[in-house]
Amino acid sequence: MQYQRDADQPTSGPRHPGTPCLEFVDVVKSFGAGPLEVRAVNGISMRVAAGEFVAIMGPSGCGKSTLLHLAGALEEPSAGRVIVDGQDLATLGAAECSELRRRDVGYVFQRLNLIPALTAVENVMLPLELDGTPTGAARTAAVDALNRVGLDHHLDRYPDDFSGGQQQRIAIARAVIGRRRLLLADEPTGALDTTNSDQVVELLRDLCDTNGTSVVMVTHEPRFASWADRVVFLRDGRIVDETAPVDETASVDEAIAVDLGNDGFTA
Amino acid sequence: MAVREGLLALLDDGPRHGYQLKTTFEQATGGAWPLNVGQVYTTLDRLERDGFVAVTAGEHDGAPGQKAYTLTAAGREELGAWWQTVPSDDPPPRDELMIKMLLAIENGRGHALDILTRHRTALTALLQQRRRERRTAPESLAAALVTDALVVRAEADLRWLDLCESRLRTEPNRSGANPTSREDTST
Repeated sequence: MQYQRDADQPTSGPRHPGTPCLEFVDVVKSFGAGPLEVRAVNGISMRVAAGEFVAIMGPSGCGKSTLLHLAGALEEPSAGRVIVDGQDLATLGAAECSELRRRDVGYVFQRLNLIPALTAVENVMLPLELDGTPTGAARTAAVDALNRVGLDHHLDRYPDDFSGGQQQRIAIARAVIGRRRLLLADEPTGALDTTNSDQVVELLRDLCDTNGTSVVMVTHEPRFASWADRVVFLRDGRIVDETAPVDETASVDEAIAVDLGNDGFTA
Repeated sequence: MAVREGLLALLDDGPRHGYQLKTTFEQATGGAWPLNVGQVYTTLDRLERDGFVAVTAGEHDGAPGQKAYTLTAAGREELGAWWQTVPSDDPPPRDELMIKMLLAIENGRGHALDILTRHRTALTALLQQRRRERRTAPESLAAALVTDALVVRAEADLRWLDLCESRLRTEPNRSGANPTSREDTST
């Protein structure tokens, strides 16, 4: 099969050469023990390059969200290595892991998770303030991050004053503020209507293209996955297939021919 | 639908000559349906034979000697009937992807999942390619709508493949209608 990967061969797209921002090496994550053991992630190796947008798809329970939790140091692997920005998470102490979660990785979830008692700009400033950045500098960075996601008005209003799509933009601004170069998004469009969903995913795409942010997005919607450079399919905790990194020169017909050979299938 | 209905629809806006009909048809359909000029003239000859268009010779749009085609009353009636007819596929649908998956399931669950995975990857790659083209090249309204149609149809196929996978996983005893099918043991 054209895109079948050997589990021992991590992949990366030719558009994004260089050091990977995120790497999984033979990662296993089990829950439970003995006969009740469930392997949510079962031997996954993959790379996400700087500035690359990777979508993860698969049926419920296939390990998509667990993979994101492992990438964000929210879970520890049962076996294998998770490397973020060149740092093997297994070598980090609790304080270093906490710092990595706070400084290097941003998270966006289906539920917006904004703090209702804080204004938009205060929500975005929060990670920097927790990290000791002076308020003035944190506010300047937060306004800049909000501008980058297309919000430049009413930044001192509270989350409830914004639409769902705008709230998700605020959440994304908070996720990318500071030096964060890896954004983990778990069904970021799940609570939004189609128009706002399209805009949010387009924003993630733009962050990759213009900021060099790496994005790993879990989604079950092909229309949103199609914004990614690469779509990885999981089943039963394993990578079963992935689309090739985007080839800027191939036509649609060529893309179909490459994937389907001479089966005569037409979309 | 055939080319004839397309030509009748374009002639409703006024007389046109053959080559003009070809280029207007292609623009209006966003490049989705390129026409052979010979096909256009053959169709126009049949429409004239059937009384749906009338032919006049002479100067038309600065092109002396070109035949100009005009919609007749019968042609307008034929066109009106076509506008009112809702296109439908006779059930059951028999598209190739669906038939291929059903036959793959007969061959065994593992085989079906392999075929499903392969087609899902290809369809997703197609969506990515479409998405990228739309971001890099401005389209006419017609071309954008053609792309929209291709995208949502690919999405529909992908949704159906998801349903296939879900049923194969949750209803294993129903996979393979033929009790003698070569059912494998993969899970």
